[in-house]
This record gives sequence, C-alpha cells and structure tokens, in this order.
Amino acid sequence: MASEAVPLTVHKSPLAVVYEWLGTADHKKIGLMYIVYALLFLVVMGIEACLIRIQLAHANATFLSPQVFNRLFTLHGTTGVFFVAMPILVGFGNYIVPLMIGARDMAYPRLNAFGFWMTAFGGLLLYGSFFAGASIAQAGAAPDFGWFAYAPLTSTAFSAGHTADYWNLSILLGGVGSIAAGINFVATVLTMRCPGMTLGKMPLMAWMNLVLGGLILVTISPLTAAQMMLMADRYLGAHFFDVQAGGSVVMWMHFFWIFGHPEVYVLIIPCFAFISEVVPVFSRKAIFGYPAMVAATVSIGFVSLGVWAHHMFTVGMPSYGNAFFVLTTMVVAVPTGIKIFNWLATLWGGKIRFATPMMFAVGFLFQFLIGGLTGITLATAPFDWQLGNSYFVVAHFHYVIVGGIMFSIFAAFYYWFPKMTGRMLNETLGKWHFWIFLIGFHLTFDTLHIPGLLGMPRRIYTYEAGRGWEIWNMISSVGVIFQGVAVLIFVYNMVASFIKGASAGNDPWDAWTLEWATTSPPPEYNFAVVPEVHSRRPLWDIKHPEDPDWKYE
Amino acid sequence: MPRVTTTCDAHHIAPSAIAIGYGDSMPTHSSMPTGRGITLATALPRLENCGTVVRALSSAIRRAPLALFLFSAVVPSAIAASSGGPTSPTNIFAPASTPAHSIYRLSVFELEILGAIFVVVFSLLAYAVTKFRDRNHADETEPPQIYGSNQMELAWTVIPVLIVVVLFLSTAQVIHRVQDAHAPDGKIQVTAVAHQFWWEYRYPQLGVVAANELHVPVSDPNNPTPTYIHLLSADVDHSFWVPRLAGKTDLIPNHPNNMWIDPHETGLYLGQCAQFCGTQHAKMLLRVYVQSREDFDRWVHDQQQQAAPANPDVAAGSALFISKACFACHTINGTIAAGKVGPDLTHLMSRDTIGSGSVPNTPANLLKWVRDPATFKPGTLMPAQDLTDQELGQIVAYLMTLH
Repeated sequence: MASEAVPLTVHKSPLAVVYEWLGTADHKKIGLMYIVYALLFLVVMGIEACLIRIQLAHANATFLSPQVFNRLFTLHGTTGVFFVAMPILVGFGNYIVPLMIGARDMAYPRLNAFGFWMTAFGGLLLYGSFFAGASIAQAGAAPDFGWFAYAPLTSTAFSAGHTADYWNLSILLGGVGSIAAGINFVATVLTMRCPGMTLGKMPLMAWMNLVLGGLILVTISPLTAAQMMLMADRYLGAHFFDVQAGGSVVMWMHFFWIFGHPEVYVLIIPCFAFISEVVPVFSRKAIFGYPAMVAATVSIGFVSLGVWAHHMFTVGMPSYGNAFFVLTTMVVAVPTGIKIFNWLATLWGGKIRFATPMMFAVGFLFQFLIGGLTGITLATAPFDWQLGNSYFVVAHFHYVIVGGIMFSIFAAFYYWFPKMTGRMLNETLGKWHFWIFLIGFHLTFDTLHIPGLLGMPRRIYTYEAGRGWEIWNMISSVGVIFQGVAVLIFVYNMVASFIKGASAGNDPWDAWTLEWATTSPPPEYNFAVVPEVHSRRPLWDIKHPEDPDWKYE
Repeated sequence: MPRVTTTCDAHHIAPSAIAIGYGDSMPTHSSMPTGRGITLATALPRLENCGTVVRALSSAIRRAPLALFLFSAVVPSAIAASSGGPTSPTNIFAPASTPAHSIYRLSVFELEILGAIFVVVFSLLAYAVTKFRDRNHADETEPPQIYGSNQMELAWTVIPVLIVVVLFLSTAQVIHRVQDAHAPDGKIQVTAVAHQFWWEYRYPQLGVVAANELHVPVSDPNNPTPTYIHLLSADVDHSFWVPRLAGKTDLIPNHPNNMWIDPHETGLYLGQCAQFCGTQHAKMLLRVYVQSREDFDRWVHDQQQQAAPANPDVAAGSALFISKACFACHTINGTIAAGKVGPDLTHLMSRDTIGSGSVPNTPANLLKWVRDPATFKPGTLMPAQDLTDQELGQIVAYLMTLH
C-alpha cells in the first residue's frame, strides 16, 4: 500500500525546504510547526518530570539539590502550560479549523506566522536562561519561583541575576504569540466560513475554537500586562509588587489568576472540541444536543472569567469573598456536566468502533469525570484550605492535564495524523501506547492524591519519613516509567508511520466534516472548489443523499 | 451505500406524528418542528432504548445509597488505614481542633455526594461503551441518528444545579463558621512571623518570643481557650498549615491575616510551610505543642526569664558570640545581642529541634549546624561561620547554657 501513497513533497533542495517552512504563511505548515515544536518541548518537560519523580521517590533523597529541584518544577510547569499545551492545541486548531469550515487559510496568514514565531522565541528564551541566567560565569541557572511566580520572589531582592528576566520575557513573547492566534481564530471562524455554513451549522470544533480565541484575548492580556509591570519593577524603579513602597504582592496573584484560571479552559476547550469530533464519528452518530453543547461552551467561557480567586482561598479574603468564588466555581460544573452527559448520550445507541482515537477519547471521558469531581472539592473553600497547595492539587490538575488534555491530544493525533501526512498511524502500536500510558497515568496520578490528603505540600524537594507519604510517592514514580515507555512507542509510531505507514486516503474514518473531503495531506489551497454545505455534517449528506441531515436541522 | 436502519426512517412523517414524538420525552430531535420526528411505530425500538437508560439510571440510583455508604466509609478510612493514616501526623482526616473538624465534616458530606455522582456517571459510561460496542463489523449500516432531546438536556441541567445549590449552602455555612467565629475572652494571642525559612512566634500579652516551636494550651470545649494567630511575613509568601488543627492560611508581606485553633487534645502536631517560599521551602517545618494549661503556664514562665548570667565556664563562647557575626542576627535577652534576622536564641535549649524542625537539637547537631548550616539545610540564609574547631566548641558550649 505504501507504494501507492502520494509523495509528500516534490524533490527540492534542502535549503529551499527550510526557506519554504521558515517563510510560510500556510495555516497547515504553521499548524505542523506548532505541533512539532510543542512535541519537542513535551520531551523536555517529560525529562524534567522524570528527574522530579526520581528525587521524590523516597524520603530524604539527595539526587537533586534544592536549587536544581526548584528550577526543574518551575521549568516543567512553565514549559507545560505555555510551550507544550498551548502551542499543540493552537497548532491543531490552525491546521484543522480552516479545513473544517471550508476556508483556504486563516483570516490573517501572516499574523498567524508572526504568532507562531513569537511563541517559538518565547520558549527558546525560557531555556536561554540556562546559558546566561545568572552570569556568563555561572551557567545552568534557571527561574526557580514556580510557574505562577508569586511576587516578591521575582523581585530583584529575591531573584538576583537574570533568570527572572528570561522567564518574564519568555511569557511576554509567548503571550503576544497567543494573542495573535486568538485574534486569528475569532476572525477566521466569524468571517471565513464557506457558503451555507451559518454559525448554527459549524462543526463544534469551530465553535469551541471561536470561544478559545475570545478567551485568549481576554485572559492573556492581563498576564501580558503583569509581565510588563514586573519588568517595570525590576528595571524602571516601579513598585507594583513592592510592598515596602506601597505595592501589593496580592495584586500579582489577582493578575496571574485572572489569566490562570481561564487558561485552564483555554487548554480544555480545544480538547472538548477534539472529543466532540471523535466521539460522534466513532459512535457513528451525530453529536447529541448540539445547541446545548454550544451553549455550554460559551457559558463556560463566560463563567470562567469570574472564578479566578478560587486559587486564592488561603490568602485571607473575607468570608463573603470566598463564598462568592465558591459559587461561581461550582457553577462551572453545570455546563461541564451537560457536556459529559451529551457525549454519553452520543455514545448511547451508537455502534462504537474502538479505533485508537476512540480509545483515547473514552479514556478522556472517564478521567475528565474524576478530574472534574476532584475540582469540585477544591472549589469548596474550606476543603481547599486543607487541599490547596498540597499534592492533592498536583494530582487534580495533572488528572485534568494528562488524563484529560493529553489523552484528547493523543486522540487528535491518531484521528488527524492521516489527514496531515496521508498515512495511517499503526493501530497495534497505538493500542500498546494507549494501554501502557493508561497504566502509567493511573499509577502516577491516582496515588498522588493521597499524600496530599496526608499533608504533603507541593514544591518540596524532599520530605521526612514517617508521614505515610513514601509508598505513594514510590508508586507514583514507578508509573512514570510506564508513561515514558508509552510515549516512546508513540514517537516511534509517528516516525515509522510517517515513513512507511499505510496510505490513508481522503477519509479513512468515514467521517463527516469538510477536512475529510479533500486529499490527505490537503493541497496548499485546501479545496479546489470552495465547498458549499447545507448541514453540520456535509459529508454525511453526500454519503446519504436519501437521508441528509439538512432536512432535519 | 444505504446505511439507514429502520428506526432512522422516522424522517418521513406526518405533522401529527411530531406531536407524538414530543410527548414521549425521549431522546429525539431537539429541532423537532423542522427536523426529524418519530412515528409511534418507529419510536418503539427507541422507547426501548430509552427504557434502558431509565433502567440503568434507576438501578444506579437504587444502588447509590450502598455506593454512598461504601464511598463515605471507604475513602477516609482507606486513606487513614492503608496509608498508615493514624500514624500519619499530618492526616487531614484526623482533625483535633474545631476548624479542622468543621472542614472534615463538610468534606465527608461532599465526598459522599461526589462519590454518588461518580458511581452513577461512571456506570452509565461503562455501560454505554460496552453495550454499544460495534461487534459486527460486517454490518455497515449506521445506527439511528438522534440529535438531542430538550427534556433530557433540561434534566441534566436542573439536577446539577440543585446539587450545586446544596453544596454551596453547606460550604458557605462552614466558611462563615470558621472565618467569622467570635473570639472568647480566654483566647491566647500569638503573632506568627514567617521568615525564609523559619517561624517566629510572639505572644504580645505574655512578653514571650519563641521560634519554630509553637506552644499553645489545650482548649476545653466547656471553657474554651482558643489560640488566635496573627499571621505576618518578613519577606515572601508563606503558608501556615498544620492539617490536624486547621486549614492553611497564607502569610503575605504587608497583608496581615488571622486564623484560630482550639486543640482538644494535648500532644505534638506537625505541619509545614505550604506556599513555595524559596530554596528551603521543604524544611520550613511547623511544630505545635499543645499542652495542659499548667504545662503551658510553666513554659510561658520559663520563656519570660532573661538568659542566665554568663557562666564563667562558657565566657569564651559568649564573647565569641559577640565578636563574631552571631549577634548581628540573633537575640539573646540580657546581652547586647539583639539581632532580628534569625531566631531568638534566649531559650534555645528549651527547643526540641533546630533549623525549623530540620534536625533534633543535640550537641552534635548544634555543632554541625554552627559550623555549616547548609549541612542540614542547603540554601538556608545563615552563612557558614569561619570558625576554628576550638571556637566552635566554645560557642556551642555557650549555646548549651541557654535554657
């Protein structure tokens, strides 16, 4: 079959290929660059996680010094949020959304390229601190104040040298890149849809990327503003966060979390999008309750803007302030529940095909359920006074980020890799990847809840024996081995399948959205003829002319 | 190829059938007036389908009390038992003070509700992915296409809303009870000042300054003597967390906070700083000694004393304390040492540990600590002193007279 595959590129000189990618404004190439860039940082972040878990595997370990440990968890968190999760999700959106809405590119192709390169430089700058963070003579320093960088640890008094500046500039640039992507998503979804595709006939993924774009605009802006304040504090003698001159460190917390919590939805909404595409196709049913799904997504977007201070239940807000944020946070559970029930109802009565994308999607459903429920415990301010900043929180957000976001990203990889490369990923390897990763994930993150309940705070480089924490930390560290093996299988699968995988054809999954109407990989102009649609599932209409969707929507 | 099964033919419908479709309150099309409707005949297989939902739901609900009981019994006790919980001195499910108790009761109530939700939704998901698995790959027909049901959307909106209301009200009650509690007259007041990486405790009413080991009296519920802690920070953010006594509260520069505890039993309660505060965040440990009123009063009395006049045997050490840098950071009452950067050493030997709970306060550890604190606590702000072995011995001999 491989011999029949369409050649991926015509032969060009290597330099021409490099120029082509560096100078491209094609949404698909930019999307792929986002994805590949994020995968490289995923490996970096994973190595950091391994080192952290080795150090924490047993009590009183001396594998890492406290200084190195603090740098590692700072880089792990910062990299994970800003340079793995965001770019990979933006990358998939970049690649898929224009195809899905029958457009030939994003609304602003060059802004798109600008956004990618800003994000890319941001990530490189973060790691630039290794080379010049402290001074030329003292290489190897990196930011060491945690990914939310609470003032005043970032002030010149507590962060001498330039590590904080590297972090600061890196987030600033990454933020500018994200804002560019957000503007582009909003403009693209609102203006570039093909004829016939009204807002109510967009695939859910387009809706969710519209909400994502809006959220990015509203939430990255305060983060970027805070970075500028920090820079002014460090270099221009400003006192935003300098308590000795009337500034406030609590203000940093507000700025950070008014970004930081909606950021969680910036990360999870694209994943909802993946799941909302994969679950119907592999259940062979239309998504259940499309209008409710749209309404739930939009309302999550709005409500998420009013929940940030649930990260601050322990900073001493008055009781009515705490109660307010308990209520707003718990309200998010309602639209989230609607989504879970709609996915469940989509499965119900279907003919579920357990190809690898669907396995990861089902893994997402179970794990996101648990991650959501532990989230409600953390929304309960008094319970949070115990659980906040403990390993329970670490377990909770890794449950959402790994068990939810990573699983859905893997689902997206197995689902759209054939479209992006023209070749199928190997299903057998995919299933090995799934099961080994599933075991590793549960070993690592189920167990981590318990030391949190037993009083283990996060961000400690070592701990004493005799608190009941050792066994859980050991199991958790062992789980990392499984996850590492699974990711290696995944990487091997991608490389091997890219070289000699089975030819995918245009529509290997018998799916219904427009990206499957063009070739795999799609030509630079996406569609020879701009398609015209009459329903949310244009390919269903074509495949079932006797029974098209548009009669019933 | 045609993939539509019989139940999916419901599209060709008479207007009267639409009404029937609506009346059935089953998973049908939300956009019914213009979309697919259902004739009674074709609806029957789906009704059966709907019945399965109802049966699965009702059986899950019937089992819910059992699951609820199991969950409420199993989770905390599993945590308590299987992980050495009773022996874990920092278990949040072993409260020994009113705030911790209020949180505990709320959390068990909440875990029961969440456990029930988990059991129901997990079972439905598990049932769906096994029951509706495509086992006959040869059959290429598509299943019935169902677009939604307003009734079901309404149901799974309203039920979560009700759960949220219940959880919110019970939460707000506990927030109010803990945060807005009225302080009785018999309260003890302590000001805790967090430093990188140690705790300073001041008892303004009693004229006592201590470090790293907080002493409080046990509180009899009939005659409560709670301890109110005023939380300050000398440098960066920290957090005071002794899980068995109360939830955590942060210590933030220029943002004073308050918390209270009323321990019901004497004993030693452990905890540690819970907000990342720099290199040695991990060894900024908390020790709370809950004592009987007599023991507490005796401790206060001892702490109120000046340091013993310098014993001639350790005169060399006491002179070194002043001539070297020690006095710049540490206070010893009754001498000219009045530094505010490090812990007050006036009653150093009354403490069980040094280095904010890092190691036991033994002569050998004290010697190692003074020689180079980084031995126990790399990154601590106390620098290594360039002392000869003889000087070291003299200083430690002096320190050991500070009872």
